[in-house]
Amino acid sequence: MIPEIGQISLALALCLAVALAVFPLAGAHTGNVRWMEAGRPCALGMLAFVALAFAMLAVSFFRHDFSVQYVALHSNLKLPAMYRFAAIWGAHEGSLVLWQLILSGWTAAVALASRTLPQTLRARVLGVLGLISIGFLLFILLTSNPFLRLFPAAADGADLNPLLQDPALAMHPPLLYMGYVGLAVPFAFAIAALLSGKLDRRWARWTRPWTTAAWMFLTVGIALGSWWAYYELGWGGWWFWDPVENASFMPWLAGTALIHTLAVTERRGLFGNTTLLLAIAAFGLSLLGTFLVRSGVLVSVHAFASDPARGLFILVFLAVVMGGALLLYAFRNVAANPQTGFKLVSRESALLVNTVLLSAATVLVLFGTLYPLALDALDMGKISVGPPYFNLVFILPMLPLLLVVGAGMHASWKATDTAAWARKLRIPAAAAVLGMIALTAAAYGFAGVLTGIGILAGLWVIAAALRDPAVWLLRRGPRPARSAWGMQVAHCGLGVTTLGIVVVSAWGVETDRRLALGGSLEVSGYEFQLERIEQVEGPNYQAAQGVVRVSRDGRPVTTLYPQKRVYEVQQSPMTEAGIDAGWRHDLFVALGEPLGEEAWSVRVQVKPLVRFIWLGALIMGLGGLLAISDRRYRVASPKEDGS
Amino acid sequence: MTPRRRRMVAMASGLVCLAAATALVLTAFEQNMLYFYTPTQIASGEAPERRRLRVGGLVERGSVRRLSGALEVRFDVTDLDRSVTVAYAGVLPDLFREGQGVVAHGRLGADGLFEADEVLARHDENYMPPEVAEMLEEKGHPPDASLR
Repeated sequence: MIPEIGQISLALALCLAVALAVFPLAGAHTGNVRWMEAGRPCALGMLAFVALAFAMLAVSFFRHDFSVQYVALHSNLKLPAMYRFAAIWGAHEGSLVLWQLILSGWTAAVALASRTLPQTLRARVLGVLGLISIGFLLFILLTSNPFLRLFPAAADGADLNPLLQDPALAMHPPLLYMGYVGLAVPFAFAIAALLSGKLDRRWARWTRPWTTAAWMFLTVGIALGSWWAYYELGWGGWWFWDPVENASFMPWLAGTALIHTLAVTERRGLFGNTTLLLAIAAFGLSLLGTFLVRSGVLVSVHAFASDPARGLFILVFLAVVMGGALLLYAFRNVAANPQTGFKLVSRESALLVNTVLLSAATVLVLFGTLYPLALDALDMGKISVGPPYFNLVFILPMLPLLLVVGAGMHASWKATDTAAWARKLRIPAAAAVLGMIALTAAAYGFAGVLTGIGILAGLWVIAAALRDPAVWLLRRGPRPARSAWGMQVAHCGLGVTTLGIVVVSAWGVETDRRLALGGSLEVSGYEFQLERIEQVEGPNYQAAQGVVRVSRDGRPVTTLYPQKRVYEVQQSPMTEAGIDAGWRHDLFVALGEPLGEEAWSVRVQVKPLVRFIWLGALIMGLGGLLAISDRRYRVASPKEDGS
Repeated sequence: MTPRRRRMVAMASGLVCLAAATALVLTAFEQNMLYFYTPTQIASGEAPERRRLRVGGLVERGSVRRLSGALEVRFDVTDLDRSVTVAYAGVLPDLFREGQGVVAHGRLGADGLFEADEVLARHDENYMPPEVAEMLEEKGHPPDASLR
């Protein structure tokens, strides 16, 4: 009964999505106020029914209802309760329900928080979100029904993939989807602007907090995925340029460009067309990511079992949404054509460079991701593109961008007094150079010019970001506004992440070695001694656990307990790395396999500043939060202020 | 400099930078493209030597061998017609097993030994590297349930 309630709820949600798409859009077109007002109850009703469906799926998991095929395939009597909940989005069907739940959540949030918006704009935004919901609900009901019954019911389930039985992974998809799906909101605002033929600074002000919120979740979600890959996949890498990683990263790049052009559109009324195009592109890249992940065209950790019908559906959906949006963009010229310009040294210039470089990075990553797929589709051979390509094409636009970020933050709108600007930047620049010299000379040693520049760039962004807060703390300047705080904090996070990436790439050590019981090996001045291997038992797995004593110059540093788990149901082995996390560096040991003669293959790594990568992303997310909390986004009925 | 001259110089240097960047990107792309070869293609000499490439297939049953206690391991990868021997010194992925799909990255030596620097296996019970599944299907050997 419970699964049927879930299924019926999804169908009812689809009906409401259709109503949500039809009435407000038609109402906005004809000026029918009552139709426009239908948007809010439809949005709330849709959320209620999707939430009910999600709850029914959760109940099926908790009650071990193995007559539901999805539950039977992805759960088990022995699966701990927390992972039974996380298993809801542990595979294709359920993760789509989560996707739709989040989309309905964003839609309802827009419906509730948009009372100050003009009625037609609100109606159109909700209508476009309704159209997107129709697509995804149809996708679930037609190709990916999570409530499909299994006759006869299974006695026990096939268990959740052990890789996914992890707290960080329980959180990774929801956060990532919050970001992915959240980009539907600026997309809907962009389409609404195109439909109405009006784009002004107030529009940008209403769109900004939604975009920043989605970006914030995307940032933290990607970082969480990277952290999970680092410790759970047992490889110790934090980014692989895996096509699915790229799939989440490209919307992030486009979204980052978008929040910056939105700032220009709000403050100066410029870059309107770029903003619209980026809003369309960011959501388009989210959909593309969904297609790449769901269609099984990719070799990837994330590739669920493939099903051509699903791939085709998403591809058609992607073509319809993007084709429609781009056609609309091509034939409606909405951006106001302001007479105001800006000088070469100005914040607008810096943000223009920012847009160009971020777009370039997006295009180059997209090219490396899609080219192999295109070649394969044309039967011209199977290739893959290695990480060195991505590293290069990413560094190429990013290094100049980091230099511009530091300088651009302190440039004024319209025209900058260059002398005052240079004065402001003197101390951060000096701090960055000194810091770079200190770091290479005292801590790590010289490792190439590019590394030096990378460290310089990271420190430069941090120093430039901290300049205004520092001046305020020293009581020599005004207190920055909340949104300025957000900007500075986020940029500081960017610098921290950069620093982590550069340092760990240059000085990180990873090596696969043979380690005998009682034997030891030396990596980066640390001695790793395998004292013994013991058997331990978890709730649903058995593990061989190594006891590895780490010492430096004869003094004990820490003891690591890397595990090789075998999960009982799927009988699949899993590596659980032993990690000593620290500010200075991580010490990382993963067990490979027994080699015979009491020796094991082990992967040992020493990763300096690797935590900075994720810490920086969290700081960026915090910056986004601060920016959203700025008062001016909550002022009722904001008025166009002159400039 | 006159504003006009200055603009010309700026544009010219911009173009030079763009050209250099394009050249760099294309070179990087060319150098990092990994072609996929089947064991049959390698056995018939179609694959280039000393260039990094990928080979995929099933790990032949009973072919995994290593000197007791040594890190280096050798195994045969087969497409059920021909096979190629892969040598690898490192930690094998968790789901590396005989009879299962595998993709190895590395270089082909003159002696026909494939020296892998990276070995990828499936990530879960239902997963088969798409290249391998497709290759087997083309050869008229749909991967059977046990191999899957």
